[in-house]
Amino acid sequence: MQFIKKYPKAFQWLFLLVIFFALCFAIEVPETYKFIRGQAEFVKDPNQSFYVFLGKEVRYYAFDVFWRLPPLLGWLPIWINDSLFFLMNEWLPMEFWNSDTQTYKTRPLVLQVTREITSIMTFLIELIREILLGGLKTIVAFTSWDWVGSNSWAKMPGLPWTVVAAGSAILAYKLSGKGLAIFAGLVMVYISIFGQWKPSMQTLSFILVAAPLSFVFGLGFGIAAYKSKRVEKALYPILLVMQTMPQYAVLVPALVLFGVGDHAAVIITMIVAVPPMILLTLLGLRAVPPEVIEAGRMSGCNNWQLMFKVLIPTARRDILIGVNQVIMVCFSMAVISAFIGAKGLGFNLLLALNQLNIGLALEAGLCISLIAILLDKMSLAWANKQVDYFGNLTFFERNKNAIFFGVTVLIGIVLAYLGSFFFKQGFNYLFEVPHNKGISTADFWNKGVDWIFDTFFVYIKAFNTWLIVEVLQPMRALYLRMPAVATLVLVVGAGYLIGGIRSALVVCGLTLFIALSPWWDRALVTTYMATFGVIVSCIIGFTVGTLSFQNKHSANFMLGVCDIFQTFPSFVYLIPVMMLFGITDTSVLIAVIVYATIPATRYTIEGLRSVPTALHDAATMSGVNKFQRLTKIEFPLAFPHMMLGLNQTIVFALFMVIIGAFIGTEDLGQYILKALSDKNGAGIGLTLGICVAFIGLIFDNLIRTWVGQRKKHLGID
Amino acid sequence: MSNTVIKCENVFKIFGANAEKMLKESNGNVDPKIFQENGCIVGVNNASFEVSKGEMLVVMGLSGSGKSTLLRCISRLTDATGGKIFIEGQDLLKLNNKELIELRRNKMGMVFQSFALLPHKTVVENIAFPLQIKGLEIDESINKAMDMVKLVGLEGRENYFPRELSGGQQQRVGIARSLAVEPDIWFLDEPFSALDPLIRKEMQDEFLRLQDKLQKTIMFITHDFDEALKLADRIAIMKDGTIEQLDTPANIVLNPATEYVRKFTEEVPREKVLLIEDVMDTSVTNNLSDFKVSKDETIENVAEKILTQEKSVSVIDSNNKVVGSINPTKIINTVFGGRKNNN
Repeated sequence: MQFIKKYPKAFQWLFLLVIFFALCFAIEVPETYKFIRGQAEFVKDPNQSFYVFLGKEVRYYAFDVFWRLPPLLGWLPIWINDSLFFLMNEWLPMEFWNSDTQTYKTRPLVLQVTREITSIMTFLIELIREILLGGLKTIVAFTSWDWVGSNSWAKMPGLPWTVVAAGSAILAYKLSGKGLAIFAGLVMVYISIFGQWKPSMQTLSFILVAAPLSFVFGLGFGIAAYKSKRVEKALYPILLVMQTMPQYAVLVPALVLFGVGDHAAVIITMIVAVPPMILLTLLGLRAVPPEVIEAGRMSGCNNWQLMFKVLIPTARRDILIGVNQVIMVCFSMAVISAFIGAKGLGFNLLLALNQLNIGLALEAGLCISLIAILLDKMSLAWANKQVDYFGNLTFFERNKNAIFFGVTVLIGIVLAYLGSFFFKQGFNYLFEVPHNKGISTADFWNKGVDWIFDTFFVYIKAFNTWLIVEVLQPMRALYLRMPAVATLVLVVGAGYLIGGIRSALVVCGLTLFIALSPWWDRALVTTYMATFGVIVSCIIGFTVGTLSFQNKHSANFMLGVCDIFQTFPSFVYLIPVMMLFGITDTSVLIAVIVYATIPATRYTIEGLRSVPTALHDAATMSGVNKFQRLTKIEFPLAFPHMMLGLNQTIVFALFMVIIGAFIGTEDLGQYILKALSDKNGAGIGLTLGICVAFIGLIFDNLIRTWVGQRKKHLGID
Repeated sequence: MSNTVIKCENVFKIFGANAEKMLKESNGNVDPKIFQENGCIVGVNNASFEVSKGEMLVVMGLSGSGKSTLLRCISRLTDATGGKIFIEGQDLLKLNNKELIELRRNKMGMVFQSFALLPHKTVVENIAFPLQIKGLEIDESINKAMDMVKLVGLEGRENYFPRELSGGQQQRVGIARSLAVEPDIWFLDEPFSALDPLIRKEMQDEFLRLQDKLQKTIMFITHDFDEALKLADRIAIMKDGTIEQLDTPANIVLNPATEYVRKFTEEVPREKVLLIEDVMDTSVTNNLSDFKVSKDETIENVAEKILTQEKSVSVIDSNNKVVGSINPTKIINTVFGGRKNNN
């Protein structure tokens, strides 16, 4: 009794667990239940039940309602598909002027709009691509194929790789200085001599369109949300869902709307990259001290000046993090959008992975990562750049970078021209090193992989088997053994205990959506994989974070490592694990663990750092030793921040689990991947994406509510 | 009066959803308690006063007294809920956005408690900022800003960033920025409150030197009564949104209007604040000792000499003309009399 009085919460949690387990044991597994079954399939099967909704027939395997809820939302994907089809092909037909045929043509509005967007995007990408690589399409856009055909000189020549390399080095020098310039030069030379020039430039042209557009739209919406409460309220739920929505899931509907190719990839990238940019812009603008705004107003700023000369520069730290995020997402999407036909390194990477050519995949992955790091650093340097007003400079000094660039363009072109005489076999190495003529280390890596397999096969296989048989299978069985009702009780109960009735309702709604969709079993598998990844990641991240926190230099070093790892596109993580573990669940899980350990480590260090020095000193003066200080002072105070890290860890883990579908899992991600090649895939993909997003949001809601209360309780903000 | 620069008539600022409606219904008779029960908070309650050209009005009050809100009404950073505000005869509340911006670009400067410097700009860029906003060429604005840098004594640091400066230096930048457009009206919102005592004193002296030179019309907000006494031509003491007393420092010290004001004046060393002029007797001009004191001396400086005289001492103005007299007992009464806790 004493215990109950002292810890009423603990008792409540205990009670909740008792009910949960009681339900689990009370509800039997139906005899007909098998993991693969119970899904809505479009194949007719005499054992299936069905219901009709909005004139659509939804088929499913019926179970006891306590065991699995019927898929009452099974109509949703079908309905989404039909609506999309209707929007694209039938809704609001209007007359549009067609300049090619010089006639009016009747087309549905949405179709026309998407086609217009498509052509703008295509034009932008082609423009940059042809500046870098040469081609015809930009000129065609202004004239016609016939005209280009009859004027053979009308062709974008493209820049020799030497010019691009020198140009990026000069730009890096102007932005930051010698260090970055050398890095930029080395990266470009590496890309060129390893024969990755063309795909790299294709990827770069894609990113040079996607990243600035995402930045502009994110900033614009962020400002709109800052200015108007109504806009913010309208955006908020979308932002929330998009934060936990796996990138795969966006591919499918975009495929329907915009078709296949680079332009669709840019649009999808924007859909994924804009939300974090909006959030960070909003966060930054909100954090501008009111007195700075007043100072701006008293200086006589009008609204426009106030926004662009006072608010945004003052909020630039958060906005910069946003830019950083945008760039990261762009590179991540550069790979993923290869699924819908975007050209470039991502495509090569996917192809290589598909052929299990680890060496080639590694080279492409390395190139993407290097360009990502380079652009990341350059954008940072750009934002921190200052103007010096007191230089009494000559014309040459003032414009030396531009002059240098002009000179390199000349030299590069002359070299490339000379090269065309020098290299006879039709390959001008001073213009572009062709893919198959560059140095390739692929063989080396492939041999290495083979060697690892030959040498360690027994051990790897033993570890693999042990992990799957002893840990993963039982864990998965446990998750699948949970009756739907028991899971609901557990989740809703947790919501109630943490955040009261409001939280309980939110969580209940999110869980019900998944439970009523046809993919509850898949969602359980996704959750189990994510859970496993999160637990291991947290243990590693927590330990590494705590240990490196003991020393200032090691902490900084660790944060730097996190930064770099975060810049890698998520797909790249699959390469080394496939190298070691082949195509198994273990590979996916290890990729998940590596990827999700980043936020776990980062937030642990940051949390421990946020403990005020005064408290540190106070603790030291009370005579605690290092260990006591850690356990009694630092952990309790850093815990809320570390829990936010847990939140991020969960999101990262879910992302990677879904991406892992590429290797072959049997969870929601796999179905999203399948939806990509399904003509009715849009609705399914979107619904599945929402399911994954909701899994993330359930945890997000619980953790954030708890952290909020805890912080209030501790008086830190 | 053409000399009036700022004029407030029955200014109210009430925060809350239906503040305007409630203010209308109250007929200018605002009881904060009733408003609070209805979810409104009274920031400024019926403030009326004038500030004339070249005058420094110090608004003094503790936190939450509404002094900053009053200042923000007059600079129209917030809109007053009721009443009228005139700046050089212009009705401030009737200005449209464009006119308001013009007014701020040319007539007003403001200094903030937390300095409110732009973190991404250097010292000289910060100071040049209002000029550039106004539309000056970069070079010209930088040149003007450099003059301001010299004025506040920050030469050699013009290319520093705010984060590289101490608090006192940052506030010098804030002051220079507010003066860059050469405004007539100068608002200072607790400019020295965030500074260390020694720096604060130094900045106050610096501020007086500047004001001596520039002769701006000033509204100065502070929570420090000593600071108010030291700087002000007139002081307005605020409590719960209401101006309790508005008078010269001497009158406030000598004749506190309310109990609340008296509490502030209790600990004030009067001999340091009051001038001979404030306590002299203008009716008696005969039968005086030969010793003469200037009316602009503080009591502290001349008390010893006056107390050694037997008769009243004659008080002269700057033209050596006798304008009044002062009796040694008056000095004793002023300095030691009328205080509580005399044991």
